[in-house]
Parts: sequence; C-alpha cells; structure tokens
Amino acid sequence: MGGRPRAAHAQPLSAAGPSALPAPHGAAMLAELNELLGAAPERPDAGKFTLLRDTQTDGSFLVHHFLSFYLRAGCKVCFVALLQSFSHYNIVAQKLGVNLAAAKEQGQLVFLEGLQSCLDLLFGEEEQPGQPNPLQFLSGSSPDLRALFDFVRVSLSAADSWKGPVLLVDDLSVLLSLGAAPVAVLDFIHYCRVCVCCQLKGNIVVLVHSNEDSEDEENELVVNSLCHHSDLILWAEGLATGFCKDVHGQIKIIKRLSLRQAAEQDVVQIYQYKIQDRNVSFFARGLSAAVL
Amino acid sequence: MAAAGGARGRTSFQRRPGAGPRPPALPGTRPALRRGQLLLSSGLPSLDCVLGGGVAVGTLLLIEEDKYGLYSNLLFKYFLAEGIVCGHELFVASAKEHPDNILKELPAPLLDDSHGKELGNEAAAVKSEDLQDSMKIAWRYQNLPKMEVSPTMHTKFGHYYDISKKMSPELCQSVKFHSFYLHEELPFEPKMKTWNMNSGYARLLQSIQRIISQEGFDGSDPQQKQRNVLRIGIQSLGSILWGDDVCCSDTPEDPQSLTKFLYVLRGLLRKSLSACIITMPAHLIQNKAIMERVTNLSDMVVGLESFIGSERETNPLYKDYHGLVHVHQIPRLNSLICDVSDTKDLAFRLKRKQFTIERLHLPPDLSDTVSRASKQDLAGSAKLLSSGCGAMAIGKKHLDF
Repeated sequence: MGGRPRAAHAQPLSAAGPSALPAPHGAAMLAELNELLGAAPERPDAGKFTLLRDTQTDGSFLVHHFLSFYLRAGCKVCFVALLQSFSHYNIVAQKLGVNLAAAKEQGQLVFLEGLQSCLDLLFGEEEQPGQPNPLQFLSGSSPDLRALFDFVRVSLSAADSWKGPVLLVDDLSVLLSLGAAPVAVLDFIHYCRVCVCCQLKGNIVVLVHSNEDSEDEENELVVNSLCHHSDLILWAEGLATGFCKDVHGQIKIIKRLSLRQAAEQDVVQIYQYKIQDRNVSFFARGLSAAVL
Repeated sequence: MAAAGGARGRTSFQRRPGAGPRPPALPGTRPALRRGQLLLSSGLPSLDCVLGGGVAVGTLLLIEEDKYGLYSNLLFKYFLAEGIVCGHELFVASAKEHPDNILKELPAPLLDDSHGKELGNEAAAVKSEDLQDSMKIAWRYQNLPKMEVSPTMHTKFGHYYDISKKMSPELCQSVKFHSFYLHEELPFEPKMKTWNMNSGYARLLQSIQRIISQEGFDGSDPQQKQRNVLRIGIQSLGSILWGDDVCCSDTPEDPQSLTKFLYVLRGLLRKSLSACIITMPAHLIQNKAIMERVTNLSDMVVGLESFIGSERETNPLYKDYHGLVHVHQIPRLNSLICDVSDTKDLAFRLKRKQFTIERLHLPPDLSDTVSRASKQDLAGSAKLLSSGCGAMAIGKKHLDF
C-alpha cells in the first residue's frame, strides 16, 4: 500500500466509514461525489460534456447520481435509457430522494425507454408519420441515428421554465450492439453536443463501457474519440487485485482543463469507493474503513 | 406472504384502485422486497445462492456451455423441471433436439424432502461434534464459523431433483407447454416485417411475443384472475444450427443478429411475467468482442468449465469436482448494490443423483514424498486459481523443504 496519493484539492476526505457531513433534508444524489467534483445543485454547470466510463465493473451508480443531481438542480432532463426499464431507475431514484414519476408528469423529465420503443417498432402497428420512432435505425431503413437526434432536439428545445437542458444517455455502447456503425454514433454525439451544449447551453452525460484489453474495436474507437472531446471523465474501474467486500472499485476523476486552454494540464484524481444501499462512500486509496 | 402485487416492480401492471381483494401470490415465487423483485428458483438451490436468491422475474440467465454441453444441459433441464413442479408455463426453443424430447428427459423431483433432511442431519451431526472438542492449541480459532462447503439457504425455496430418474409423464403434462423447434417452423412469410436479423432468431422472437400476448403474461388482460409465470428456455443459441455463423468464423457475416436478439428479448422479458434461461456455446465463439456485448446485454452470466479432456481431470487438486463455475455478471437491478455471496471460487460436482455447486476447497498437501515434477504441475495449476491457496509451493523453484 504505497503512501497517500497527492490529492489535488485541499478539501479533507471523510475516510473513516460513513460520511461525516450532515445529510441535508432529503439528501439526494451522492453528496460525497458532489464534494469531490466541486459541484452543487444550486449552480449546475453549463455547456459541459461528461463522460462516464466503466471497466470491469458496473458504473451505473454514476448515472443514478447525475440523474438525481440534475433533477434536484431544476434542469430539464432528457434521459435516453437504452438498457433498463423506467421502474428500475424510479426505484433507485427514490432511494436517492427524487421522484421520477412526478418529474415526468411535470414535464421536467423526458424519458425514452429504449426497450419499449424497440418493441413498438418491431411488434407494433405502422407508425404515424408525425411521430417517427426514435430507434428507427433498428429496422434498417436508415443507417444513421437521425431519428434519435430529432427526438432529443425536440424534447430539449421546448421553451420551458426549467433551467438549462441536460441530455443523459445510458448507455452508448448498446447502440453499437444494435447495429449502428461507430461513425453514426459519433455523428449523433456530435450533433447532440452542438445542439445541447453550444446552442442551448446545456450539459451532456454519457455512459460507455470499455475495457483496455478488449477486442471490441468499434467500441474502443467510440470511447477514445469521446474521451478526447469530454470536459470531465469519471472512470470507474474494478480493482486490479480482484473482488473485495469493502472496496468495490476505484474511480478516476479527470478534469480536462487542456480542452479549453492549451497550456493547462489535465487534473487526475483517484479515489476508491464502496457502494451501499443509499449512498456511495469515497475515500483515498488504501484508506477504506475496513483497514483503518 | 405478501401478495405479488406490490413486488412486481418491473412490469407495466397498474393496480386499479378499489379492485377488490388482492390476487393470490404467484406459485413458486418469492418476493425480494428490498429490491422490489419477484424471484424464481433456478431448480438448483446452490445456484440460487450464487445468483443472490434466485432468478428474478423479467431477467435473463445466460449459461456459457462447457465444452461438450453436458453440464449446461443439466442446468437447462433443472430450470424447466422447477417450472413444472411450481406449476409455471413453459416455452422451450431448440434447434438441436425436439422440445418434446427435452421434456421427456427432465429429472424427477425429490418431493418427500428426504434430501433436505439428510443435509440437515449432516449439519446437526457436525455441530454436535464441534461442541465437544474445544481447541487446545489453536484456541483463537475456536469461535470462527465453520467453513460452509455448499452455500445453504435459510428459507425453503427450490426443490431437489434426482437425475437418475425421469419425471413422470403425468407431472409433465400438468403444465401448459409451448415449443419452438426451428426445423419445424413454417418458412418465413414475406409479409412479416424484415427485421434485419437472422430469420431463425426473428421467428423465435415473434413466437415468444405471440405467446406472451395471447396467454396474457404481459398483463394485457386485466380480467384474468389467475396469473402465472412463463419460463422460457432456449438451447444452444448462437450455434450453427440456428443459421448463425458466429461460432464458426472469426468475422461472421452478421455479428449483430445475436445481440439484437438479446436486446429485443430483454424488452419482452421486462414487460411480462417471465424469466428466461439461454445456453450458449461461448467456447466456440472466436470473436471475443461479440461475447463482451452479449455479456453486457444479459442480466446474469454463469460460465461452466468442465474438466473432461483437460489435464485437470487427473489432477489430484480437483479430484472431488467435475468442473469450475465462473460467475461473470450479476446485475444490480432496482438497487445500487447487489446481493452476492463472497465466494468467488466455485466448482460443481455431479454425484450419482445430484448436481451441486460448491465453494472450491483445495485439499491440504499432506504427502511428503511428492516428486518434484508433480509438485511443479500442482503449483502451476494452483497459480491459475484466483484465491490464494497458501498451502502449495508457488513457482518452479527447486526448493524442497
């Protein structure tokens, strides 16, 4: 266990067991992660592209965090949920203090359930001309993800009283499995970034799976390209030493300052985490509660 | 027991207000209330423990077949047999054997609970021995729990089966059975939408969707009082018999058919009261990228590695076991955490009547006349295990103590 890593920011970490911060009323999202990122729901960022990456572990807790964070912040969220059903996110969000069903009814959350759209496309009746199915590329009629982009654009461009728009995608690697070409996926992300980040001054958060010695070249191509264009990368990895009951993984937070200013270096911080039922606790490497 | 109405968190059912008394709980299911899921038994209680309680309704269990498909076939049959004993409906799809033949080969259940009692008796006998001798030298280890070889469940869920006997035909006929045998299906009608997918898979999906909507597993018929669970079993998906060359060539013609199939199947499962088991000859798929995508699109992935034909068959380290079990993925559904057991080194063994999955336990190296060559072989294979087995000498050092 080699000494403490040089933490790039000066805030003390609560290394002993559960967070020492008092939980505010109705604590939502993962408060410790907010502290590490220097983010607060009162002043969400604008125009940022965040990439969530996981390797050999499940990084979906980050998706749940950002979903509840942006809903708490009062932003309008368009959630493209390709892999799980609505009730899955709803149940977890309730544990984190946010009600997705209410947000959907009020119009704050636009939820695209990929599984349902796919079933509608393949087993449903003929589609109405005014409402094309966002996952049209599955039936092979058009090879690009234009319909999906149109869906995102229409849902986020509506003039609303909510704060900045946010696009959340879980997860992008599934589009490759469904037959989209890597170039089509990159084009989709590019169009979304122009529309959401630049024109509407909103944020994008995307989850991808990757593996350093993976043989899935298409996926690696997409992931590498996205890494170069992101403002913030949260990379959740499984421990190299294998399974551990007290430390579920390691997260690398890469703040890409070099993207905006040519002379700056990227800031990389590494922490380990343990996932609990309603919370995720972060601590410096080697300082898990079980060891101290 | 709490009725299933509140625990079915994943389906699209809406409980109408004032709908009268709650419908009775589904047979053969157990709610996992913390996660809002309904669990089914996989037919093998030790596998249920490994999977964190059982197979959740709406999920997919993928079994990566062992080299000759013997043991994965057993798991497949256990799943179906459990469905019959619990009274669920079955849907069996295969391109290899006719589903009616598969049904005839299911193991008979041990309904008189004699096996359960045997396990209980053994555990009690062992405990009473322990109380009598207290340790004199290693007394600090006195209070540590005794090592559990086979993971046990505390509540009774799941049944035991006797593979030396076949299930009686009356019991087999007691449930509704739907079958899909690829070679008996009608040729692809041109008016069906072309889905850009392998036609065998497309037909299978259409068949599954038709059964789900006709029999009301997706809740489309609110008047239906007696709901049931559909157990789907698909044998050897991805093999050449399904018309997919993913298993024979490094650059298959249509690598996305299999992943698209799994995605649509996931959609169907999430929207209905069903659970699915798929066996796949993963060892034949040369393109590892496809296996990674398949793993991401399945919920639970368990791989079996049998020792038949490998040098481990005669290795004294593994003399009690017939193969290893690798759990590649357990999902975190409806929760940030997942309930998994801490043992990651699992092995399976096929006794005369029973198939069990146990924690891999290496015997101590008691022989003092071990020849140098065999000691190196043992050390070499011990290095491949993920748990630290400190009893063995590691490496090829020629040190002999």
